[in-house]
Amino acid sequence: MRRPDSPERTLPTRPAGACQRPRGGGLFRTAALGIAAALALLGCGSSPPSADLVILNGAEPESLDPAIMTAQADLRIGGSLFEGLTRFDPVDGNPVPGLAERWEISEDGRVYLFHLRPQAVWSTGGSITADDFVYSWRRVLDPATGSEYAGILFYLEHAEAYHLGQIADPGQIGVRTAATHRLEVRLRDPTPFFLDLCALPTLAVVPRDAIERHGDRWLLKPPVPVSGAYELVTWRINDRIRLSRNPRYWEAARTRNQVVDLLPCISASTALNLYETKAVDIVWDKNLVPVDLLDLLLARPDFHAYPVLGTYFLRFNVTRPPFNDARVRRAFAMAIDKQRIVTRITRGGEQVAHSYTPPGIGGYRNPEGLSRQPEVARQLLAEAGFPGGTGFPRFEYLFDTSSRLQEQIAVELQVMWQRELGVRSELRKMEWKTYLVAQGELDYDVCRSSWMGDYNDPNTFLDMFMSHNGNNRTGWQEPRYDQLMRQANAQVDPLRREQLLQQAETILIREAVPIVPLYFYTGLEYYDPDRIEGIYPNIRAEHPLRVIARKPALP
Amino acid sequence: MHPVIKRLAMTIPLLLVISSCAFVLIRLAPGGPFDRERAPASPEIERALRARYHLDEPLWSQYLRYVGLLWERDAEGRWRWAAGGLLKGDFGPSLKYRNHTVNDLIAQALPVSLTLGGIAFGLAMGLGIPWGVWTATRRHRWSGFWGGFVALGLICVPALVLGPLLILVFALKLRWLPVALWESPGHAVLPTVALGLFFAGRVARLMHEGMRETLQAEFMVTARAKGLSEARILIRHALPLAIRPVLSYGGPLLADLLTGSFVVENLFQIPGIGVFMVNSTLSRDYPMVLGLVLLYAVILIVLNLLVDLLYRWLDPRLRHG
Repeated sequence: MRRPDSPERTLPTRPAGACQRPRGGGLFRTAALGIAAALALLGCGSSPPSADLVILNGAEPESLDPAIMTAQADLRIGGSLFEGLTRFDPVDGNPVPGLAERWEISEDGRVYLFHLRPQAVWSTGGSITADDFVYSWRRVLDPATGSEYAGILFYLEHAEAYHLGQIADPGQIGVRTAATHRLEVRLRDPTPFFLDLCALPTLAVVPRDAIERHGDRWLLKPPVPVSGAYELVTWRINDRIRLSRNPRYWEAARTRNQVVDLLPCISASTALNLYETKAVDIVWDKNLVPVDLLDLLLARPDFHAYPVLGTYFLRFNVTRPPFNDARVRRAFAMAIDKQRIVTRITRGGEQVAHSYTPPGIGGYRNPEGLSRQPEVARQLLAEAGFPGGTGFPRFEYLFDTSSRLQEQIAVELQVMWQRELGVRSELRKMEWKTYLVAQGELDYDVCRSSWMGDYNDPNTFLDMFMSHNGNNRTGWQEPRYDQLMRQANAQVDPLRREQLLQQAETILIREAVPIVPLYFYTGLEYYDPDRIEGIYPNIRAEHPLRVIARKPALP
Repeated sequence: MHPVIKRLAMTIPLLLVISSCAFVLIRLAPGGPFDRERAPASPEIERALRARYHLDEPLWSQYLRYVGLLWERDAEGRWRWAAGGLLKGDFGPSLKYRNHTVNDLIAQALPVSLTLGGIAFGLAMGLGIPWGVWTATRRHRWSGFWGGFVALGLICVPALVLGPLLILVFALKLRWLPVALWESPGHAVLPTVALGLFFAGRVARLMHEGMRETLQAEFMVTARAKGLSEARILIRHALPLAIRPVLSYGGPLLADLLTGSFVVENLFQIPGIGVFMVNSTLSRDYPMVLGLVLLYAVILIVLNLLVDLLYRWLDPRLRHG
């Protein structure tokens, strides 16, 4: 035979018996050798040196640029690389001094003077100055940057006008250098949650030189100058992000680990497998908990569920009959058995939502919304002209395909409304982007929705239903609501402000009801508390990497 | 003109047609790359983003820019050739991963998929071809029957089912191999088997059919009459003809395998290109979708050409005809 290596050699050419097996083994051996050779050839032969901490972080970050990132998976890494004036406390998630060591606030709550730490430097050297902050914040506000979170800087004087191109001079924006290490910030309104905003990666300080030199790809050009506790070592999409301790961080001595790997993963069963075989230490994305095993897993000591700032709710399109009638919307809200949804479907320890704002947000006392009262609901529907559901037009319930949960909740609601009110609905399922377009264009009757708070204040939930907010998406416009929200945010007195916000929220969830809150989200993470320390449950779901570590092994 | 050159020349208009179809089709899908649950702070941002990535231009101009055949006026009003474009080997920026270009993403993910797909292909062929020959030569015996039966069984178990089973047995119960990730040769074993075994079954069936037909051909009787050994008859005379169904299946199969598998990459958390194939469409990452469509098209065209050449080489009738 001229081709001695070809697999044909293993062909049994005679009617044979005993010699077959070893020949088959030879084939497998050749195949195995081939696999190993190909891998070595393509450079996959060496595994990277192991990290001090391996974390499954959820979906692959879309960006690590603080001005651009919006997803939690991105923000968690971004916050480790870049720090702002304040940072989140690892235990309760409240803002504590970051690159600013202290600050003074004016009587009217509108002027902040931040004193930066003089010893704070970039990882590549060079002092972090007030000018760096001014640059970073103007960059967020510049529409050309395409920062989707630019809105959180609109609390600054003239910031919105600059963003919209109504003023051209960025010098007019309410942020300026008072001295090399002193930053003066002037706000439009007294904004009690402003220090909270300062801890968001969006407002972190970023390196001007690197950005101006490399453009969009600045994070791929090592060394990336960082201001946070970690440096970026590798970023391979869908593979791994490796961070290492920034020795020049102002508090580097207290960073508890040297190298941290953050792996992306979107399959819950793969995540559980990796965790069970100890390939990863921590899984901290709720979507990485296999839903079918929830009951079993939640009973284990290494599964941790805790409330976070997020609400699952329904939107009504109030521009379409019959949902333009508040009585109909209230009837629909009161016919829903929310308890059943959290105990039968979501099963992750979620709390039923009686208000839209999650409990405990910024110390706010949430008003009570509509409770389940099928009798009253039927009566309201009759008053609206549909006794027993007669004559009620067929309507559509819109949901998306992001998780199986959406469909299960849709079916449950469909049954509840039919049973309690006698109305019939059709389920309309849409792929994510298509769903977002339908919602934005008010091309729906009722649709599922969710919202995660950006900061620890009820405003992050309530301002979106002001008449012209881009996130309203219900067609609901209520001047009274707008007025109350504006008054609340102009208030310096926290008690008075709370009352105004409560009044506004009451309109939203008891009277006009363009939305129905169903339940509050929980954060869900798994790690072995005997092996890992430094993760604390808090409503911000903030777990700074710098304090997390493997426990030293017992001798 | 040499037929190979003719075929290669044909690929350029073909690629143009494919890219323009893909270009239009992906834009017909509702929603865009910048639609999110959370509306941006102002419509200004989306407008700026669209302008930045030239999505605000008319479609024909976007297409010319994409191909790299656009001339535009710069700030001073002078005409200049627009930067980037396919002709310069630039697939453009990714609209989802905004710190990366499409070239960055493909450069990272393609070698992984090439490795995974290449080994799986080797496994499918290396196992399937001898298997099919073996079952065909003992068609009337129990061993041939069972051999064929097992091959048929593999076809019924796609990677979606086989993968989790392999993980359960070899990674979770026996702990011989890692459950997922892509770090060492050990990490490659389960995904390549999960991906390749199904196709090994198909190849075995095709090889079996091809061989069975060939063995009945008249020239086989001639060969036997000349007193050639059975091995020589099978390998020198029967195999080159019998393998043709496998070949025509193998070209597109290799193209499929080399450009990644969504199921296997997801299951084993492998940073290949298959995940992008699906997700870039869902996130409306236009340049990424186009880049992948073109990549796939090129690989497919090249492999089909190779298959045709192999055909000519293997079949004396085509070679001399």
